[in-house]
Amino acid sequence: MLHGHQSWIFDSKPTIIASAAVGGPHEARGSLADDFDLLHEDIWLGQESFEKAERKLQEQASELAIKKAALKKEDIQFLLSGDLINQTVPSSFAARTLGVPFLGLYGACSTSMEGLALAAQLVDSKFAKHVLVCTSSHNAASEKQYRYPTEYGAQKPPTAQWTVTGAGAALVSDQGEGPKVTSATIGRVIDMGLSDPFNMGAAMAPAAVDTIEAHFRDLNREPSYYDVIATGDLGRVGHRIAGDLLKKHGLEIPEEIFTDCGILIYKEDQPVVLAGGSGCACAATTTFGHFLKRMRKGDLKKLLVVATGALLSPMSFQQKESIPCVAHAVSIEL
Amino acid sequence: MSDKKKKKLSPTQQEYQKFAQDREPKRPIVLNCVRAFFVGGLICVIAQGIQMFFMTYYHFSQENAGNPTGAVIIIITVLLTGFGVFDHIAQWAGAGTIIPVTGFANTIASASIEHRSEGFVLGVGGNMFKLAGPVIVYGVFSAFVVSLVVIMLRALGVM
Repeated sequence: MLHGHQSWIFDSKPTIIASAAVGGPHEARGSLADDFDLLHEDIWLGQESFEKAERKLQEQASELAIKKAALKKEDIQFLLSGDLINQTVPSSFAARTLGVPFLGLYGACSTSMEGLALAAQLVDSKFAKHVLVCTSSHNAASEKQYRYPTEYGAQKPPTAQWTVTGAGAALVSDQGEGPKVTSATIGRVIDMGLSDPFNMGAAMAPAAVDTIEAHFRDLNREPSYYDVIATGDLGRVGHRIAGDLLKKHGLEIPEEIFTDCGILIYKEDQPVVLAGGSGCACAATTTFGHFLKRMRKGDLKKLLVVATGALLSPMSFQQKESIPCVAHAVSIEL
Repeated sequence: MSDKKKKKLSPTQQEYQKFAQDREPKRPIVLNCVRAFFVGGLICVIAQGIQMFFMTYYHFSQENAGNPTGAVIIIITVLLTGFGVFDHIAQWAGAGTIIPVTGFANTIASASIEHRSEGFVLGVGGNMFKLAGPVIVYGVFSAFVVSLVVIMLRALGVM
């Protein structure tokens, strides 16, 4: 049901009955390695191209989530999935493998929460019983499309982020055991005129702040309601900016509950990741892997994930356009 | 960012960009320059060694030894690129590896490797000069302009 200006409250409390996270070599060396169901040492996953490898990541995450829920593919009504690659082919091709009725999504790195919000909405409105959400990104496939060839030797600035190789999937159901999706806030597209693709954190921070403010305004809640408020992939740079910007706007989120998936996923001293993780899989694997695992254990009860996405394309960047950004927030509670 | 670009931004955008800039880590320019100086210098020292090797053992003249020396440096770079080592060296060394012929060799090799999955013609052939292309186009064009200027100056008897 619509609550406030741009938020939904799911009265029937759709349940995430199973979730899965698959990662690559850098994720295996990161801080959340134990929370992944499957880790690959080979970025190719034995495939001929990076794009095929990304498809494989999605297939594995989806199949794992279905298997964990002890369901069959036929039990799933809809698959909502997305990624970063042109025309979202990894998602469409993985959907071909799964053979489940499919709706493709694109919200850049905010896709995971866009998908989760829509899945919860479908279940809450009784338009579906089981909806599978899946999001993926692949470091080399994204670098190839958005920036330079993977082996190209350009020096990245300290504000650059590292695209996560991985996929996260969650199965949302109208009944069963598990964390519940309770509300969602759909974000506006915010553009502060930044145009540096090596500084996505600063570009996305205002979008995250806008959605967070809207969430608390619409639902009339205080930040302390949540045990953890995690942004998607602002990284160290964007996280600091977002925190300060929220303070400036008079919304104080206690430091101990405010975090970012892009910071959590890698170790601080991990080489090459610079300001932290990014990509569709950053919020997806951290939420569907790490956070949901903590919730099932019971040491985390109320979680708000604000997945942030930079809606640029290689062409818009070359045409000197700025980077519009969006953020969607979904609350998951026990 | 230039001032001209900033004028197009709304006051809120300008204010935010200033706000964000104060909170961003800066590129360590001095450190990058020092690293580039030493790595670039080291590459030149190695190349000098190779050149002397060709002059001493194969009796090349100093001018002729330049070509095989360049080729050896290019082959080493391409191998390092293929083994996935070059980009890590370059992240550390910055301009030190990108300015010498190593940078040029790396752009071509990395683009070729990257687009191998789209086939030899459209993939490797079509994308090989994706990054090196602009350098060649504007390099050749500026050489052409400079030579025109030289010819005109000579015809006028200035040179």
